[in-house]
Amino acid sequence: MNRYTILIYTENFIGILNRITIIFTRRGINIDALTASESRLDGIHKITIECTVTQDQIVHLVQQIEKITDVIKAYYFEDTQVVYQEIALYKLPIDSLDASLEKVIRRFNAHIIAAEKEFVVVEFTGHKEDTQALLETLKPYGLLEFSRSGRVAIAKPRFSVSEYLNHQTL
Amino acid sequence: MIRGADIVVKSLISENVQHIFGYPGGAIMPVYDALYDYHDQIKHILTRHEQGAIHAAQGYARVSGKVGVALATSGPGATNLITGLADAMIDSTPLVCITGQVAAHLLGSDAFQETDVVGISMPVTKWNIQVRRAEDIAPAIAKGFHIARSGRPGPVLIDITKNAQVESGAFNYVPCLSIRSYRPNIPVEAKAIKAAAELINQAERPYVLFGQGVIIGKAEQEFKAFLDKTGIPAASTLLGSGALSEDHPSFVGKLGMHGNYAPNLLTNKCDVLIAIGMRFDDRVTGDLSRYAKQAKVIHLELDPAEVNKNVKCEVAVLGDCKESLAMLTAEVNSKTHEGWMEKFRELELLEKESVINHDLSPTKTGLTMGEVIRYVNQYKADDAVLVTDVGQHQMIAWRYFNFKTSKTQVTSGGLGTMGFALPAALGAQMADYSRQVICVVGDGGIQMTIQELGTIMQTKAPVKVVLLNNNFLGMVRQWQQMFFDRRYSFTELDNPDFIKLAEAYNIKATKVAEREDLSDAVADMLTHDGPYFLEVVVEKEDNVFPMIATGSSVEEVRLS
Repeated sequence: MNRYTILIYTENFIGILNRITIIFTRRGINIDALTASESRLDGIHKITIECTVTQDQIVHLVQQIEKITDVIKAYYFEDTQVVYQEIALYKLPIDSLDASLEKVIRRFNAHIIAAEKEFVVVEFTGHKEDTQALLETLKPYGLLEFSRSGRVAIAKPRFSVSEYLNHQTL
Repeated sequence: MIRGADIVVKSLISENVQHIFGYPGGAIMPVYDALYDYHDQIKHILTRHEQGAIHAAQGYARVSGKVGVALATSGPGATNLITGLADAMIDSTPLVCITGQVAAHLLGSDAFQETDVVGISMPVTKWNIQVRRAEDIAPAIAKGFHIARSGRPGPVLIDITKNAQVESGAFNYVPCLSIRSYRPNIPVEAKAIKAAAELINQAERPYVLFGQGVIIGKAEQEFKAFLDKTGIPAASTLLGSGALSEDHPSFVGKLGMHGNYAPNLLTNKCDVLIAIGMRFDDRVTGDLSRYAKQAKVIHLELDPAEVNKNVKCEVAVLGDCKESLAMLTAEVNSKTHEGWMEKFRELELLEKESVINHDLSPTKTGLTMGEVIRYVNQYKADDAVLVTDVGQHQMIAWRYFNFKTSKTQVTSGGLGTMGFALPAALGAQMADYSRQVICVVGDGGIQMTIQELGTIMQTKAPVKVVLLNNNFLGMVRQWQQMFFDRRYSFTELDNPDFIKLAEAYNIKATKVAEREDLSDAVADMLTHDGPYFLEVVVEKEDNVFPMIATGSSVEEVRLS
């Protein structure tokens, strides 16, 4: 089992996300994380899926995803082939702010991005291992809430979806 | 500006649709109202159930090579299509199904007969869409037909809200020729052809497995030319039957759980396995870990997702096999494989002695399903279409029916849908009234869609129904006998008087229980002008052999 990142470029079509996720559901494969947003190309969406599967499974999954009519192209990468990042937010009670917390925030290079009367919100981006480490460190400070995004990723190998679209054959 | 409902019908006419199978209801009524005006251009066949409509559309598509069209209302009308969609999806049958939907402003309100058919049908359609505005109808239908028929064909569902049907929009039908995210035509790589040809030229015991891809790709001539030149033995899958005449010297039989002895056994003896337009279904391969491990595999396949899915191949030749087979034939050497072919013929003799002779010319009292098919072969036309349901009769009819030309079999392969045959036969007949359509069906399956006798009555479609009645769910009973210690749990049927039933539908019906009456009965049926119902009472507890039990290897194929 390996951790893989799948990058999927799709048309902006209602239901496309469902068409993609049922491929995993049908095979009893868990999606570890998923993000979706517009890509840099107008009208084309980029979906990033993280999952832990075997080499045979990832090939099969990506073939099935590519088969979807409204999917333009899908690629998969191992962790070493992508630059990826996750964002995490940590809500802490205001009375937890002390010198030692300041040290923690400095050490992790995290930021306080919001402060209210009763709490502050700390933001930190990194790999899951990093955001998890900060989570463990902050727990003794009376952590109130925690939220972590799915992975956003850029592939290291060169490929171009716009070039692919330009080479359209009928 | 015309009504959305008229756009639906005019779009279908623009796609050269001549037949639609359907069932009306509230949310699709505007389209039915429009059909009233176009009945001289488009023929609607009213089935007795939406499942009947979609299976009929499937039979129609498989025989005509055109896209089958089914029409249903929202809610239960739409959900009744699901089995047919799943069947068409797994057997690559091109369909466009149009369903009515509640008005757009009611979506999500649990309105009367509202169901999320786009959501429900997503896993069993190649593509689906909901249309909520009249002007979006024609582009959706154009795209739907393009997707259904191109590449690896499949079913498409278009859900049209009632407001879109009654509101007006501009109509200008522009056929869809390409979609930027969808590339159904993969150019054949010369490099792959070269690698495949090299393997074939070096092979001592090459072996061809062919599937429905040859028929869908209209590559029958190219396939025959390839075999004429190479002399390689060739076996067909269930859905591949008909792609090659069984009289061809290369034809060695059928693959799979109840296929022929030699073709299964020798899969593990060949050195190069050439799979053409087939997907290594588990009913063909048996235990994958013991399947053709000694062979180098060449896979000619249109759908990239099928390559290396079940069986890893040495050379993948992606693309349309009509193209790739012609290229391959040019590259391979002229050869014969007499010694290797002899092995098939020897084992075929063994199967004849231990199975086939008993099936076709039995000496015991009870009638066998096989001897019924023997008489069908004797009297049928070369291009007669065999439509079967699912179970023992399906396997026996497939094993013994003499396939001579392409598009002569309609059956539910991948999904194994009981109840498929009767409506599919009706649809097959609609595609071509001049061809004999012989619907072989069991007493279990026919009762799942028996209401379609009403549609046969109303259309007068000259379908010949051959009911092989053993008063059992025969295939399940066979498994109970073999693997569940003869515990016949809920497989015996108390059946109605089928002859009375057929006669109630004004269909000429005959029942045969004695061997001496069989030949004349089959001959009478096939020369009868109009629909005909022939019930043959067969031996209750006959089994289908050869057989590869689930989990067994192809070389463990049993003759008894």
